[in-house]
Amino acid sequence: MDVQVSFTLNGKMVSAAAGSATLLVDLLRNRFGLTGTHVGCDTSQCGACVVHVDGASVKSCTMLAAQIDGCAVDTIEGLSGNGELHPLQQAFHEHHALQCGFCTPGMIMSAADLLKRNPRPSELEVRDWLEGNMCRCTGYHNIVKAVRAAAGVMGEEGS
Amino acid sequence: MSGGMGIGAAAPRSEDRRFITGRGRYVDDINLRSQQYAWFVRSPHPHAEVRSIDAGQALEMPGVTAVLTGADLEADEVGSLPVAWGITSVDGSPAVEPGFPALADGRVRYVGNPVAVVIAETRAAARDAAEAVNVHYEELDSVSSAAAAMEEGAPQIHEAAEGNLCFNWEWLPSAMAPDAKANTEKALKEAAHVVSLELVNNRLVPNAMEPRASLADFNPATGQLTLYTTSQNPHVNRLLLCTATLKMPEHKVRVVAPDVGGGFGSKIYHYAEELVVCWASRRLGVPVKWTAERSESFLGDAQGRDHLTRVELALDAEARFTALRVDTIANLGSYVSTFGAAVPTVFYGPLLAGVYKTPNIYATVKGVFTNTTPTDAYRGAGRPEACYLIERVVDEAAAQLGMDPAEIRRRNFIQPDEFPYQSPVGQLYDSGEFEGCLDLAMEINGYAGFDERRKQSEARGRLRGRGMSFYIEACGAAPSQAAGQLGARAGLYEVATVRVHPTGAVQVMTGTHSHGQSHETTFAQIVSDRLGVDFANVEIVHGDTGEVPFGMGTYASRSLAVGGSALVKALDKVVEKGRKIAAHLLEAAAGDIEFSDGQFRVAGTDRQVAFGDVALAAYVPHNYPLQELEPGLEETSFFDPENFTFPSGCYICEVEVDTETGVVEIRDFVAADDFGNIINPMVVEGQVHGGLAQGIGQALMEHCRYTPEGQLLTGSYMDYCMPRADDLPSFKVATRCTPTPFNPLGAKGCGEAGAIGAPPAVMNAVLDALRPLGVKHIDMPATPNAVWWAIEAARSGE
Repeated sequence: MDVQVSFTLNGKMVSAAAGSATLLVDLLRNRFGLTGTHVGCDTSQCGACVVHVDGASVKSCTMLAAQIDGCAVDTIEGLSGNGELHPLQQAFHEHHALQCGFCTPGMIMSAADLLKRNPRPSELEVRDWLEGNMCRCTGYHNIVKAVRAAAGVMGEEGS
Repeated sequence: MSGGMGIGAAAPRSEDRRFITGRGRYVDDINLRSQQYAWFVRSPHPHAEVRSIDAGQALEMPGVTAVLTGADLEADEVGSLPVAWGITSVDGSPAVEPGFPALADGRVRYVGNPVAVVIAETRAAARDAAEAVNVHYEELDSVSSAAAAMEEGAPQIHEAAEGNLCFNWEWLPSAMAPDAKANTEKALKEAAHVVSLELVNNRLVPNAMEPRASLADFNPATGQLTLYTTSQNPHVNRLLLCTATLKMPEHKVRVVAPDVGGGFGSKIYHYAEELVVCWASRRLGVPVKWTAERSESFLGDAQGRDHLTRVELALDAEARFTALRVDTIANLGSYVSTFGAAVPTVFYGPLLAGVYKTPNIYATVKGVFTNTTPTDAYRGAGRPEACYLIERVVDEAAAQLGMDPAEIRRRNFIQPDEFPYQSPVGQLYDSGEFEGCLDLAMEINGYAGFDERRKQSEARGRLRGRGMSFYIEACGAAPSQAAGQLGARAGLYEVATVRVHPTGAVQVMTGTHSHGQSHETTFAQIVSDRLGVDFANVEIVHGDTGEVPFGMGTYASRSLAVGGSALVKALDKVVEKGRKIAAHLLEAAAGDIEFSDGQFRVAGTDRQVAFGDVALAAYVPHNYPLQELEPGLEETSFFDPENFTFPSGCYICEVEVDTETGVVEIRDFVAADDFGNIINPMVVEGQVHGGLAQGIGQALMEHCRYTPEGQLLTGSYMDYCMPRADDLPSFKVATRCTPTPFNPLGAKGCGEAGAIGAPPAVMNAVLDALRPLGVKHIDMPATPNAVWWAIEAARSGE
């Protein structure tokens, strides 16, 4: 049975009919064509599917599309406004924090939530927060570096 | 002119923008009109006869188009999955290569073995229907460990492989080195010291973050098949589809590997699933798509390592190595995968000299069938296994003789003036300065301060250990003739086409394919450097047999050494033609024309013409030597190098062990590598980091485990312990450079180094920490559980 949902997606109101067993990630990828959100596992471990729901990071493979009615969903595609990169996107680029790119959207969305909660995380705090986002390419070294660099930039902009 | 983005620049990557904004295009992101979905029915048993397959109920379910089985595959004369490298046993007989049908032919031999495929209108419908396919299995006895499979009375997996033996291989073969075996045994007998170890090299699951996926689109009107697939080497997939399995002519098959989300070897092979979707699309006349769930990746992606080795090292009274003998049992899994027989043999035996002047080396390897997922090349492929045993036994020798691990290595290193160095196991090493790398690593580590750090750790209730390893590896899988003599069934050159457009913009079509390696940046740096064209005016095209003439793909750290060199050769041809055009335009002799910084110049004058103007003249040949020269500016080169390249490096790891919990934490990790010339140091560092993470993962966390019968125990990220951000330290990496003389770039390759050098460095550190407690041995992975039990066993005197 389909469920009708209306929600804000990257700042725009949208509506869709979703199957009662449809996962949020499948709704985003298949109905809205937002393929930047990836599926890397089937046990909610890898974090490639992280998006923001009402501002908090969520594994979109672990939420039903039917739960999203009335929420605000932000995906990697909506992170850079007016063509300008988000400081995390810029830092990932400058510090070579991605190789194959598959984990990157989830990694950036997760890190964005961290920096909202903790604007100046230590290396250990970054590593601890990203525990739910797997990367097989970078060894995390440059990801941690990029997140902390972005924190510096974002801190400056905020001050 | 290169905009500061030439060879040697730490240029940020041009491919990043699409990935950081969510605009990458991986196979699962592609959808075609009217596509249907495949879901595989897989064996739940490690070994069984398939008595019957009843698809009646499944076919009646909504949206189901077809259920296909091995019988249909056979009726359509689809070939068995091919073996691309043949191995010869000691007695001269070829390795046993049982047919590997994409869907079972009456017998299943591992859990996950595809038995049937359901094609339906939605993925959910295909999956539901797959559960309704009723397969009647008659279970057979089964075995998962190679040692158990060799025992008398073990279940027989293939009729043709008596005792489950695929091959019994020796290196060097007696035909090439008649005295190697006898000399090695003699040296072992006469040695002042002999150190021996029995080592397990644990089985690993590659786990690229993007699960494999394939989307096949057969057009019945044109007979054209387009396959989008997660591949490191689309031309190889096309070659195998066309010659071995589907048997269609190449011009009717286009294989596209768009953005590929990591591979580490696991996306080299021609797998059952991609063949089945191609065949199903051809049979049904609709596009067919399959995307693996992670659970399927654990069952179906070729796995890595799984060796059991006895190694003996002979030393004279001055601790100089006099002989090394190696006996290995390699678990091949249930079938021979594409390179499954080559990895534990020709990618392993020829590296057994390591960086040392050991004069006598002899190795045997038995390749054994078991009821497990087939094994094949995984990051390093044979070289990590060789490096691990050498560096473990060398460290053990140092410990037994009470020597410093650095000193015993120094005493046995091949010296800089001995290159090119002919090793006793068949490789001609290109270059290296091993002591230089050792000194660099020791300096960064602060080697002399270790005792103080150890005391500080002890004060905190932790045991500190330091481990060292020194690897050498063979990169750039090639040259073709050598590979052919060793059993390769394909050429191993690489191909590049340089297309200069009339405006001077440059496109490069290359047969290698990035699945994270940054070729779009590094290859463009080479073009920018050589042609003086702005970096932004260069585009790298790869991953599409429809656009790239040919190629053998990306694996074995070969892309830059072989593919980059093909690019240089093609660029040289472009410059040569440009020189002739410029000579005409400048009314000078071609021999007087110099080319640098994007300008063709008459030597010793200020008369010059820019590269872009030469390109324009080539396409608008109004003032052009048409009698001698064709218009246009596009050149192709097939580059087949004369040898492998040999990166090397010294890794030092310091760990702290909590003896109460068995937890090992890495406190310092230094990598000092020699990759020859480097195009982009930032990219190289990234490659090293990633390799180190996988190597540390193997040493401390990862282990693909089966029950003795062959049920996979580690079938998800809940059970298979992947390294996460909080499991790893930051790394200290540095490089030295001895360029290889074997390719025009002087570049050696860096993709696998970390995964090769890290495991022995970590394990040597763990053992260094635990030796004071009497722990003499521990196998990978050194999990808290394994470490705790090793400590307990030592304490109770076991």
